[in-house]
Amino acid sequence: MREFLEMGGYAAYVWPAYGAALATMLGLLAASLASARARRRELAALEGRGRTRRPHRPGAAAAEDGHDAEAP
Amino acid sequence: MTRAFLAVVGRDLRLALRQGSDALAALVFYVVVVALFPLGVGPEPGALERMSGGVVWIGALLAAMLSLDRLFQADYEDGGLDLLLLAPAPLEVLVLAKCLAHWLTAGLPILLASPLLGLLLNMRPEAWLALVAGMALGTPALSLVGAVGAALALGARRAGTLVPLLVLPLVVPVLVFGVAAVEAAAAGLDTAPPLMLLAAASLAALALCPWAAAAALRQAAA
Amino acid sequence: MHRFANPARFMRIAEAGLPWIAAGSAGCVAAGLYFGLVASPPDYQQGETVRIMYVHVPSAWMAMFVYALLAAASAGFLVWRHPLADVAARAAAPIGAGFTAMALVTGALWGQPMWGTWWVWDARLTSVLILFFLYLGHIALTGAFDEPERGARAGALLALVGAVNLPVIKFSVDWWNTLHQPASLARLDGPAIHSSMLTPLLLMALGFLLYFLAVLTVRMRALLLARRIRALRLAGTG
Repeated sequence: MREFLEMGGYAAYVWPAYGAALATMLGLLAASLASARARRRELAALEGRGRTRRPHRPGAAAAEDGHDAEAP
Repeated sequence: MTRAFLAVVGRDLRLALRQGSDALAALVFYVVVVALFPLGVGPEPGALERMSGGVVWIGALLAAMLSLDRLFQADYEDGGLDLLLLAPAPLEVLVLAKCLAHWLTAGLPILLASPLLGLLLNMRPEAWLALVAGMALGTPALSLVGAVGAALALGARRAGTLVPLLVLPLVVPVLVFGVAAVEAAAAGLDTAPPLMLLAAASLAALALCPWAAAAALRQAAA
Repeated sequence: MHRFANPARFMRIAEAGLPWIAAGSAGCVAAGLYFGLVASPPDYQQGETVRIMYVHVPSAWMAMFVYALLAAASAGFLVWRHPLADVAARAAAPIGAGFTAMALVTGALWGQPMWGTWWVWDARLTSVLILFFLYLGHIALTGAFDEPERGARAGALLALVGAVNLPVIKFSVDWWNTLHQPASLARLDGPAIHSSMLTPLLLMALGFLLYFLAVLTVRMRALLLARRIRALRLAGTG
């Protein structure tokens, strides 16, 4: 185990390399997930608000439908 | 077509002369940037001489970038861009005209100033010719690639900092070959290969950039 | 191609597959880490530092691959007007930049014990550094406009221009390199790599690729949601 951690004396290079790689990948993943989550919440808020404020506004309904077709 | 080309060059030159401060500012910036190096690195002549090629070229690159974001800005803002798009001459030719005007007001002064700045950094006199030749062959590429960057960033927020970020990575070959020519001359080696590569870079830019910049202008105006 | 032209269907398929791709990625990386760190021998020349190769090389491969994808998506957007191409490009750029940074950092950490220097201006390192700047430029440009469509068009054009530049950079720095001592990089195309080293390398590469696909899907979803939000705001609903 000790040998494994010491990496033949190169521990100062090997572990930071793996650490940096892992940190970058996990960080990017976390940021991406957080961003998607935030957008979802924002959209839900917008759509919820839109429906309660102007329930019979044909323009708003049409806009939502239009965009359903091109990008869900 | 020649008439349209010359008209655009003439107009840009007249505008630049009227606002002489622009060309002067680029030149002053060049001198200041180069002067910062001995101040920062120390005046030891050997060290400066070794760096001189790189520093003079980097300063030139940065100074050439200064006025780029304004290359199409005025036309974009006052509607002149739409006129350029509608003009009978191909947009690529008009872009070339603007590049020529930019080179005359930025590249040429930088080219002329470079041996003096080399002198400031103890550049060997044998290298001066290679420096000026390199600048003559390489600065057109800076204006051409710069036009592409300026066209891409047209209408963007903070275009002033965005354009150098886009253009500098693309003109790295010019820097590399320009410095190689200077260092070859200082070492007594043949300067023809890097100079020819510089010429090749500028010719390639001449072939590709007007087309790319025109495409960027069209989608900017769209 | 046309089957994927429908954004709604594409995202449905992509997101249905997402848990599997994510699991596959984690599995491959875990296996790769095991084989790379535990079950493979140290190099007879480089000792334990050769293990850095198992993160460095896949990162570099992905850095190049993602840029190729970025250029292809940009072409798809500008030439064929594929409706998801610009979203894919914009989503991919930060991931590509991340891989490039990983390649540079792990490379420096590998270089210091091996060459005695953190950095050297040889063909490969310089062109990867330029690649990193190209990614940053793309990210900056696509986000610099008030109108996202304009940013997408500008970014697509930049990606294609940058792609033209990449072989030029590689070639020019090759030439420049003759004035300096060439660095001795561990070459994979030289001596055939032993399977005990090839296995973790390929596992990590596959793991990274699947990771990229997973994160790309998540980022594309976020961008599409943002597009929808913007459209709703402009329509006056919000």
